[in-house]
Amino acid sequence: MPFELFVALRFLREGRAQTALIFAGVSVGVAVIVFLSALIDGLQASLVERTLGSQPHIVVRAPEEAARPLADGPGALVQVVRPAQRLRTVEGWLRVQAELERTPGVVAVSPVVSGAGFASRGNASRSVAVRGVEAERFQRIIDVPSKLVAGAWRLQGGEAVIGQELAEDLGVSVGDRVRLTTAEGRADSFRVAGIFDLGNRDVNERWVLVPLRSAQTLLDVVGGVTSLEARVQDVFGAEALAGELRGRTGLVAESWMALNAQLLTALRSQSSSRYMIQFFVIVAVALGIASVLVVSVVQKSREIGILKAMGTPTRKLMRVFLLQGAVVGGVGSVLGSLLGVVLAGFFEGLARNPDGSPTFPVQLDATLFLTAAGVALLTGVLAAVAPARRAAKLDPAVVIRNG
Amino acid sequence: MRLEGVTKDYGEEVVTRVLHGIDLTLMPGEFVALVGPSGSGKSTLLNLMGLLDRPSGGRIQVRGQDTSELDDDGLAALRARTLGFVFQFHHLLGAFSALENVMMPMLAERGRQDASMRERARALLGDVGLAERADAHPSQLSGGQQQRVAIARALAMDPALVLADEPTGNLDTGTSSQVFELLRRFNRERRTTFLIVTHDSRLAERCDRLVEVVDGRIRTDRPVTRP
Repeated sequence: MPFELFVALRFLREGRAQTALIFAGVSVGVAVIVFLSALIDGLQASLVERTLGSQPHIVVRAPEEAARPLADGPGALVQVVRPAQRLRTVEGWLRVQAELERTPGVVAVSPVVSGAGFASRGNASRSVAVRGVEAERFQRIIDVPSKLVAGAWRLQGGEAVIGQELAEDLGVSVGDRVRLTTAEGRADSFRVAGIFDLGNRDVNERWVLVPLRSAQTLLDVVGGVTSLEARVQDVFGAEALAGELRGRTGLVAESWMALNAQLLTALRSQSSSRYMIQFFVIVAVALGIASVLVVSVVQKSREIGILKAMGTPTRKLMRVFLLQGAVVGGVGSVLGSLLGVVLAGFFEGLARNPDGSPTFPVQLDATLFLTAAGVALLTGVLAAVAPARRAAKLDPAVVIRNG
Repeated sequence: MRLEGVTKDYGEEVVTRVLHGIDLTLMPGEFVALVGPSGSGKSTLLNLMGLLDRPSGGRIQVRGQDTSELDDDGLAALRARTLGFVFQFHHLLGAFSALENVMMPMLAERGRQDASMRERARALLGDVGLAERADAHPSQLSGGQQQRVAIARALAMDPALVLADEPTGNLDTGTSSQVFELLRRFNRERRTTFLIVTHDSRLAERCDRLVEVVDGRIRTDRPVTRP
């Protein structure tokens, strides 16, 4: 064992109560950092996951129709009336779909035909969103199969998959038939193949998923689609990617981030308050380590004087104290991580949702522990700088003389 | 070790001269007593000779090397290789066993423990008659035993010169005498030079040479004649 570490460990061992207290202090600090990170990462991940459970990452659709005056410029007296919007299709959607699939970062693309309609069975009638999709492609955008509460994920001719609330409203179950009518008066009958719960009441009440061709016929857009929905690799890079797609296709591309700006603002302010708390915890831990080590330098001034007198170079003595800081940080981070895991596990088990999932899901990963350990180690060493310099400045002659 | 016209001043605004031109040469194998009343400057002189402090004027040479040419780390290295210290208050490191205390100068110099270090420390403890107390901590040892460990430690690096500041200062007469005999024995057997600061005139008379410092000057420097 190197001289510096040997002496550092003995000094720590000699200071029993002090050492125990500072280990406890650092451990609690690290535990708070680990626990807080695990909790907030978990909460945010679950919030985002819930939001994206019923939403595509990016929607690409045709631009709005706008009226343009024929004559423009000074003297042209015109009044522009905004036209009512019809159902518009994406021109050359197969080409656009290929273009999207080629774009790096896009994982999956699904064509969608969607429009308004009524679903009815007997006397019951509800306003719904008719969404024509290809089962195979759409499940890669929104994972409906795993969210089915009854039936199967199957969209063959004349089949529909609907939400839980709508099924309740209409009083249908798997195998029953529902009738879809559009505002223009076209109607068709579908057999319910599956019922889903996407965790969003509005979606559960309104979505009726039908085969793409049936929707095209119903909504009178034969051969066309109204939008292309995409899944991307990096969820938080969706807005940037949407911007790129706007440029590439000349169409409107909206990301989930633009549609959920409020949620993102909330997440961001949650994160910044967490960083603030962690920062002050680190400062408190650093001050704790520094104050204990400063006291230990004063207590050990006799020993330091002897070591100096016997010819120990100043830099070696400084290293003894820096190492003490590092050991305190290192041991504290291990104990603290364990404590943090226990706390997080306890908290996760404390409250559960009706479906058995934890109300406060925690997310523990290796990076979190490595970061905490790195921060604690660095804090320990930095906090030891002042005590180490103090030790270096001690005059052995004075110390030895005074006993 | 040779001191030439060494002076030492303290204070920034009001300068007090503690040492006024000391000339002193210690030859290999000498056993010298340094005596003088309190405040005579003998501690200051000891600090200078121990290379713990730098003189305000004059030169200190160790084996022909001028110490003013060395920086602090150079001085520390020179201390480690050529000097041993024995202090009045024993000054062992409380966190370490007797054996580890004796090893410490070697460990500080070489950086890592090895078997030869441990062997040498054990042999030295044997020389001071404490072989069986090697694993005891300083708090478990008597004053005389602690001082013997301190002597073993001072000799660990086989120094040319051992500076002993009141080595028997707070020991009873019997223990004092034992410790003193130990120093004499090492002096005879190893030809190590000793400089012993003492208040005890009987002890001083048992050395080979007696240097008396009064008011920052050497008043007498004479060989001790034994009846």
